[in-house]
Amino acid sequence: MIPELGHFALILALLVATAQTVVPLWGAHRGNAAWMAVAGPSAVAHLLLVTVSFAALTWAYVVSDFTVVNVVANSHSAKPMLYKITGVWGNHEGSMLLWILILAVFGGAVALFGGNLPPSLKARVIAIQGLIGIGFISFTIFTSNPFERVFPPPLDGQDLNPLLQDPGLAFHPPMLYLGYVGFSVAFAFAIAALLEGKVDAAWARWVRPWTLAAWVFLTGGIALGSWWAYYELGWGGWWFWDPVENVSFMPWLLGTALLHSAIVVEKRDALKVWTILLAILTFSLSLLGTFIVRSGLLTSVHAFASDPERGLYILMMLIFVIGGSLTLFAIRAPTLKPGGLFAPISREGGLVMNNLLLATATATILIGTLYPLILDSLGGGLVTVGPPFFNLTFVPLMLPLVFVMGFGPMMAWKRTDMAGVLGRLKVAAAVALVVGLATLYLQNGGPLLAALALGLAAWLFVAAFTDLAAKTKLFRAPLADSWSRARGLPRSQYGTALAHGGLAIAIAGMVGSTAWKVESISVMQPGETKDVAGYSFTFEGVERLQGPNYLSETASFTVRDGDGAFVAVMTPEKRLYPVANMPTTEAAIHTRWLADLYAVIGDKEERGEGWTVRIYYEPLVPFLWLGSLVMMLGGIVSLSDRRLRVGAPRQAKTRVPAGPAVQPAE
Amino acid sequence: MIRRLLAVGLIAGLVAILPTPPALALMPDEILDDPNLEARARALSRDLRCVVCQNEAIDSSNAEIARQMRLLVRERLVAGDDDGQVMDYLQARYGDYVLMKPPVKPETYLLWYGPAVVLLLGGLGVAFYLLRRPKAAEAAEPLTAAERERLKRLLDKEDA
Repeated sequence: MIPELGHFALILALLVATAQTVVPLWGAHRGNAAWMAVAGPSAVAHLLLVTVSFAALTWAYVVSDFTVVNVVANSHSAKPMLYKITGVWGNHEGSMLLWILILAVFGGAVALFGGNLPPSLKARVIAIQGLIGIGFISFTIFTSNPFERVFPPPLDGQDLNPLLQDPGLAFHPPMLYLGYVGFSVAFAFAIAALLEGKVDAAWARWVRPWTLAAWVFLTGGIALGSWWAYYELGWGGWWFWDPVENVSFMPWLLGTALLHSAIVVEKRDALKVWTILLAILTFSLSLLGTFIVRSGLLTSVHAFASDPERGLYILMMLIFVIGGSLTLFAIRAPTLKPGGLFAPISREGGLVMNNLLLATATATILIGTLYPLILDSLGGGLVTVGPPFFNLTFVPLMLPLVFVMGFGPMMAWKRTDMAGVLGRLKVAAAVALVVGLATLYLQNGGPLLAALALGLAAWLFVAAFTDLAAKTKLFRAPLADSWSRARGLPRSQYGTALAHGGLAIAIAGMVGSTAWKVESISVMQPGETKDVAGYSFTFEGVERLQGPNYLSETASFTVRDGDGAFVAVMTPEKRLYPVANMPTTEAAIHTRWLADLYAVIGDKEERGEGWTVRIYYEPLVPFLWLGSLVMMLGGIVSLSDRRLRVGAPRQAKTRVPAGPAVQPAE
Repeated sequence: MIRRLLAVGLIAGLVAILPTPPALALMPDEILDDPNLEARARALSRDLRCVVCQNEAIDSSNAEIARQMRLLVRERLVAGDDDGQVMDYLQARYGDYVLMKPPVKPETYLLWYGPAVVLLLGGLGVAFYLLRRPKAAEAAEPLTAAERERLKRLLDKEDA
């Protein structure tokens, strides 16, 4: 009964979404206030219905209702409750329902918190959200129904893939989807602006918090996926330039560009057409990311055809959304008035540079990811585009970007005295030089690129905080004066410094683990000791243990540092999940300040007592996760800026007509 | 990586049936005694694709064929081949598909030069935009009657 309720609620949601799209759009077109007013309540109804539907599916998982096919295929009665719940989105149908729920949450949020939006813009934004909802809900109902029943019901389920029974991966999809779907709001605003024929500073100010929120979630989602790969795959890698990673990275890169170009629209009324295009493309890449993974297109061109119904639906929807929005853009964009002028060397100029490099990087990844597919489908033969390609093309684009990031936030709008800006960055430059040279010296001339990148990371880190110090006159004015300046500084400025500084920290982590990882692969006998990167690992033996729904072989290592002082006991595991008959490895990771110690066990020798053991010394890896968190924190702090808060309309509204002159400097 | 893709594939609803990995990637018995040769073997095997895997280098793959390819690389190195010769040997046996870094040939010109072309065109676009003839500053778009009304209301509210 409850699954039917969920199914029914989803069908009702489709009908409501249709009303949510058609009526307000027509109302906005005709200037009919009553029809436009349908938008808000219908978005809320849409949210409620989808919530009921999602709750119904979750209920089926919680009580292990094995009359539902989806539950049978992805759950088991003995599974821990946490993974019963996360199993809801650990499969195609359920993850589509999660997508729909998140979309409805964003649509409802615009309806509830968008009270300060002009009625016609609000109506159009919500209508576009409804239109996206129609696409996804109908796709789910007609091709991927999660509420299908089975008769007779089996005695128990087939269990969720053990790899998904993991806290990191359990919350990876929701975070990622919050990011992907969050960009739908920016997209809806862009389409609405094209329909209205008007883009101004107020528009940019409304778009930015949504984009920023989506960016924070997507950053978290990508970092979580990367972290999971790091600890679960058993060899300490965290990024593989794999297509499934690339498709989530592209919207992140372009979303980052969007975040920055929207600032220019807000402050200087320039780059409007470009910002609209970025909003459209960012969401298009999010859609492409969702669907390209979902359709199996990445596995091979032929997998796409294995389920032609879904594949065709996906293709049609992509063509409709991307093609339709770009057509609208081509028709309406020329009517948008170009905005303020600025000199090439200015804050705007720096942000244009940011956009150029980020957009090119996105295009590079898009080309690299799709190339093998396109070449194959055109009969051009099979090629592999692997990490060497991306390292050769992506990294050279990022190095200048990081360099510009150092001084970008210090540049003045319209025209900048570059000598003055660089003069303030003497300290950052000196620190960067020292770090780069010290790296070269300590690593005996180690990889030049690594030293350069580490130097740039130091440059960015120091520069980010030099900017704050300069704005609060730290060490130049009395401390009390600096303190009051610091309190008066808009939070978005702290957000910028944190996000940029966080990236610097993350870069250090990426460089360290790539360039100076130490690895030892060997067969160890119980009692044997191995020295890796100044630490000694003593293999104490292996124990068989029983987990809630798995069997485990748990090894134990005693780790001591160079002086023989005790550091840690590390216990890597090998697990077997009997229901799915699948083994997993659970790495043991011990985090030191500047590095991770990482141990994994493989198989036992066929004859003898030895085990295959992999031990890694992963320098600076903790910085990668720390940096990602700091970046997210930067986004959140910036989001809390009262000028951006959705509920602070009066400030925003009153300042707009006054023009950029009275805008506080960012 | 097989397992990573399997996991992601499962999220995507593609229940790929892949064989259970028998062991983890490079095994101790494959490692060469000469550390220099071994280091070269590792570097090469990171640039060679396991032909039955999804985008995975033979260095990290658990597949049997990846193991054979790793052993083949080491065999050639021990026989005295230089790095280029080893790659050529594997390319001749398995085709371009095996190279993680695709060769530059007419079919891949777009791949290799595409990013540079995008950057160049983007750069030209930016230059064109920045150097456009400064027109007389355009007057700010006047507010519509409804907006003026709204603004007045908001300002009044603020004063109150």
